[in-house]
Amino acid sequence: MSSQEYAFVVLALVGTVAAVRVVTARNVVRAALYLVATLGSVGAIYLLLGAEFVGWVQILIYVGAIVILFLFGLMLTKAPIGREALDNQSRGLAALVGLAVLAGLVFLVQQAFGWSDPKVELAQASAEAIGESIFRQYVLPFEAVSFLLLAALIGAIALSRTDERS
Amino acid sequence: MIRLPLVLFFSAALFSIGVYGVLARRNAVLVLMSIELMLNAVNVNLIAFSQLWRDLTGQVFALFVIAVAAAEVGIGLAIVLLIYRNRETINVNEVNLLKW
Repeated sequence: MSSQEYAFVVLALVGTVAAVRVVTARNVVRAALYLVATLGSVGAIYLLLGAEFVGWVQILIYVGAIVILFLFGLMLTKAPIGREALDNQSRGLAALVGLAVLAGLVFLVQQAFGWSDPKVELAQASAEAIGESIFRQYVLPFEAVSFLLLAALIGAIALSRTDERS
Repeated sequence: MIRLPLVLFFSAALFSIGVYGVLARRNAVLVLMSIELMLNAVNVNLIAFSQLWRDLTGQVFALFVIAVAAAEVGIGLAIVLLIYRNRETINVNEVNLLKW
């Protein structure tokens, strides 16, 4: 194993353990903080794989904005703490389904690639090339996403404001 | 050099943890967090294959997925907040207004 692979395995283990804690934590704020660890390690994996721009976007958008949004959501809704209040009764069934999905995906990947092929070369993907790709080939989807964001923004404001007239 | 199957296994683990979270959690905000985990698993795959084939399309799509996830969380939390304001609960088992 190369040193990059060791770094990847460490980051992946941190991310996986933190993800498990996200779905099992008894305290909602702790779940949000474990989510920061997971998203941060996923961002670090992007950086390690050479996708520098997406890695920093991940850290900025997810860790910087989305988790803060989650924390606001948790603060504005009074969430009871404890396993019974946060998990429902069908936890065993959910674990079964999760394990089945994991087994199916691992089986598929193993069938498709085996264990050691192919190797990802770690060359940097430049932000310049990504920008060119977005604004040349994918201008229309980009505009659609920007409209979607605008619609989501207006929708969120319209939904969550209290109507003063009534 | 990183072996691609390792990255795919990590992504599979993240996705199935997200599936477990969506099914097992009661609190709507925690369900949204689990959905974020699944979206991240997809993004890991997109980045890995993009770097494998030296094709930037995967990274562009990962950026789109991040933008859509941000919109989804914004709307989702607004809806959760509205439900909480009206029903005093965000337990997804108790919110069955649209259940047939």
